[in-house]
Amino acid sequence: MAAGPASHGGLRRAQRPHLSKMERMVVSMQDPDQGVKMRSQRLLITVIPHAVTGNDIMEWLIHKYCITEEEALHLGTLLVRHGYLYPLRDPCHLELRLDETPYRFQTPYFWMSTLWPAAELDYAIYLAKKNIRKRGGLFDHEKEHYDQLHRKISHTWDLVVMQAREQLWAAKQRRKGDRLVIACQEQTYWLVNRPPPGVPSVLEQGPERNSCTAGRVQMPTGPFQTKTVDFYRREVECLRKALGRARVKSSVCLEAYLKFSSQRGPHDPIMSGCLPSNPWVTDNDTYWAMNAPSAAVPTRLRVEQWAFSFRELLEDPVGRAHFMDFLSKEFSAENLSFWEACEELRHGGQAQVPALVDAVYQQFLAPGAARWVNIDSRTMERTLVGLGRPHRHVLDDAQLHIYMLMKKDSYPRFLKSDLYKDLLAEAVVPPKTKRRSARWCPGRQAFTRRNRPGSGSRLVTRKRLQEIPAGFSTTAPITLVTQTFVSLKPPGLLLPGRLPELSPGGHRCWGGPPACPGWESAHRLGS
Amino acid sequence: MATDGLHENETLASLKSEAESLKGKLEEERAKLHDVELHQVAERVEALGQFVMKTRRTLKGHGNKVLCMDWCKDKRRIVSSSQDGKVIVWDSFTTNKEHAVTMPCTWVMACAYAPSGCAIACGGLDNKCSVYPLTFDKNENMAAKKKSVAMHTNYLSACSFTNSDMQILTASGDGTCALWDVESGQLLQSFHGHGADVLCLDLAPSETGNTFVSGGCDKKAMVWDMRSGQCVQAFETHESDINSVRYYPSGDAFASGSDDATCRLYDLRADREVAIYSKESIIFGASSVDFSLSGRLLFAGYNDYTINVWDVLKGSRVSILFGHENRVSTLRVSPDGTAFCSGSWDHTLRTKNYLFVSLQVWA
Repeated sequence: MAAGPASHGGLRRAQRPHLSKMERMVVSMQDPDQGVKMRSQRLLITVIPHAVTGNDIMEWLIHKYCITEEEALHLGTLLVRHGYLYPLRDPCHLELRLDETPYRFQTPYFWMSTLWPAAELDYAIYLAKKNIRKRGGLFDHEKEHYDQLHRKISHTWDLVVMQAREQLWAAKQRRKGDRLVIACQEQTYWLVNRPPPGVPSVLEQGPERNSCTAGRVQMPTGPFQTKTVDFYRREVECLRKALGRARVKSSVCLEAYLKFSSQRGPHDPIMSGCLPSNPWVTDNDTYWAMNAPSAAVPTRLRVEQWAFSFRELLEDPVGRAHFMDFLSKEFSAENLSFWEACEELRHGGQAQVPALVDAVYQQFLAPGAARWVNIDSRTMERTLVGLGRPHRHVLDDAQLHIYMLMKKDSYPRFLKSDLYKDLLAEAVVPPKTKRRSARWCPGRQAFTRRNRPGSGSRLVTRKRLQEIPAGFSTTAPITLVTQTFVSLKPPGLLLPGRLPELSPGGHRCWGGPPACPGWESAHRLGS
Repeated sequence: MATDGLHENETLASLKSEAESLKGKLEEERAKLHDVELHQVAERVEALGQFVMKTRRTLKGHGNKVLCMDWCKDKRRIVSSSQDGKVIVWDSFTTNKEHAVTMPCTWVMACAYAPSGCAIACGGLDNKCSVYPLTFDKNENMAAKKKSVAMHTNYLSACSFTNSDMQILTASGDGTCALWDVESGQLLQSFHGHGADVLCLDLAPSETGNTFVSGGCDKKAMVWDMRSGQCVQAFETHESDINSVRYYPSGDAFASGSDDATCRLYDLRADREVAIYSKESIIFGASSVDFSLSGRLLFAGYNDYTINVWDVLKGSRVSILFGHENRVSTLRVSPDGTAFCSGSWDHTLRTKNYLFVSLQVWA
């Protein structure tokens, strides 16, 4: 059974939602008009009414929920495994067979949601009954349990045997059909609650979640107090703020999704495949080598992505390096360096904060600083005041100001610049891998554009479905396929040195063109 | 406001009813600007063709239920954690195990890979989040360098590094989230507001990088400002525990998966739920959700052992994947979107005493 923190004060969580949904499902399956076709099942000389076959159940599920056979089989199997259906013949494994095996619906008394404790004593009585009724009738795992219980509760074993005998005697008073049904019901109940080895237990839920803890106060003697005053105060304040929030019309927001996914579709390997091929599909990792963070020549798609948003340009080390080059041509590289420094402050270790703040001030904000950044006076004032008590967020305002400046001004010009246009022209477009092995389809994407008819009515087993080979799109954009590697002039940049890394001596050197007079020597830390 | 006990009952009741009435007003305000449904807008989008994804790698090695996994930024390494306390780092492309460490507790429900790829974080029933630096020195014992970072008063349900190896964000069964400094273990910020266990969190891919979303057993999904610790937005439309939250790639929305068998999409600018992904035949809870790179597909792992793939725009299900023999507990798309990895509670009985559990990579 799953371990977990102790439950509090005996408060029980509401039963899992899937159980009540399953119960609603089996109730509607038993509806006289709309439910599964019932029949009477003949077992030797007894006739059991209200039985259904596996096929009937599947047909009903397929019809009612408009799902495929595979899914219906899976759903039916889950119903049986949770003990809501039981087989009338040989109920030692809870599986949904698609032959003429008759099934019946479990009585609500034994439903999982009733949360009977399924105690050891009850199990012992059940095993004893089975043992008495038919010598050697216990399954292997049941025999083990029987012996274990016999050892464990040997002091009350007489009670167990007595109860077992009484229940058997009471059962003899019933008709044979009822006796059989009750035995099957009970057996199913115990198969769910004490599954045989190798069968996963459907009762396992993981560590206990308590929906009553936070915000509650435990009284010294009694159950939990309802949520505290603090909790509600906080909630009220949050709600008041939320009411005053500016909202955007749904139509505008939703249109944005359409635009986003159509723009990114070609960049999504699962949707559109990737060139030369998806490494997972072809076992060839060229795709990763070509798109490595510090690849000398970026691919076409990668360079295009820099135009989608400023954030994505900065997130790509290669893109950021090129942008830095562009800025240095415009003599505003200190903006990006300042931004990088602020990022380091925000996401760095707490212990480094004072030193970092000081370094940034010296290099970028102090009057006469070598790489002075142009921030509006109000933000500068606020920042300088805040520097008196440095903390991780003291430069946030200044950082945002510079970020917006770059985004609104430098970034659009970068995209229109010759530098960027050249990058696009020189970018690599890898050809699709021509090699096609028997197992793998190179460059294959998850989607085939050919329209196949809906799932057929033939019964297809799970294994078979996995074997059906995947087709791949014949309508991939032609331009990508026919282009070959473009010969490249040697890149004018040496990228590794440009990445905003911490140099081993602990110097704080933020990017920037090497020809920056006196900067590095003047602002060395920890020397 | 007074905190004295004399007026406490009064204050409590009036606060409670004030909260209720404010909630009602908020719903009205939210509805005012809702002029169109997502599936209506998506009508002019081309339908997706037939979808086929197969298991490309099966990672065998955990002896017990896999509870959580995370990708490394190098797009091929993953870290996974399981019920028996084992945390394993794999190169999933070659399926080799590179590192393994056994935690002193069971049910390691959270694990995360550091952005640099040089460390991992994990935690669970020990109420802590510990960071292990990854070393390739065979002689070094990984457990020796363990650093205990976060301390909660109940189990750790989720953890994530922020933009660097230096800070870690955690969610816990004690109803709070917290931001920690890894080096010193100092608590930088705590986030109170959930009324019950917090089960999941995700950092926003935003320009200013300052918010994250969390989901909990109180059926609420809350968006937090990391700097101030305040809740910025809250959404309460699920009918049961929220097991998983994940941001849409643009950062303007997030999806959630819940025990009520639905996944929902919440838009942050419209400040409301904009789509529900559900089907009558799906009755088991969704344990884990993630988007494909373009945000067009939503992969969701369910407790009925399946993975359903949803068309985010049209709201319909694209495909159902069978591949696990027990509930799917974790699902993440790789950083470059070439594949996704799913972990589950299943085990296969090979010989009498040998059990192994699978993590699968699909592409």
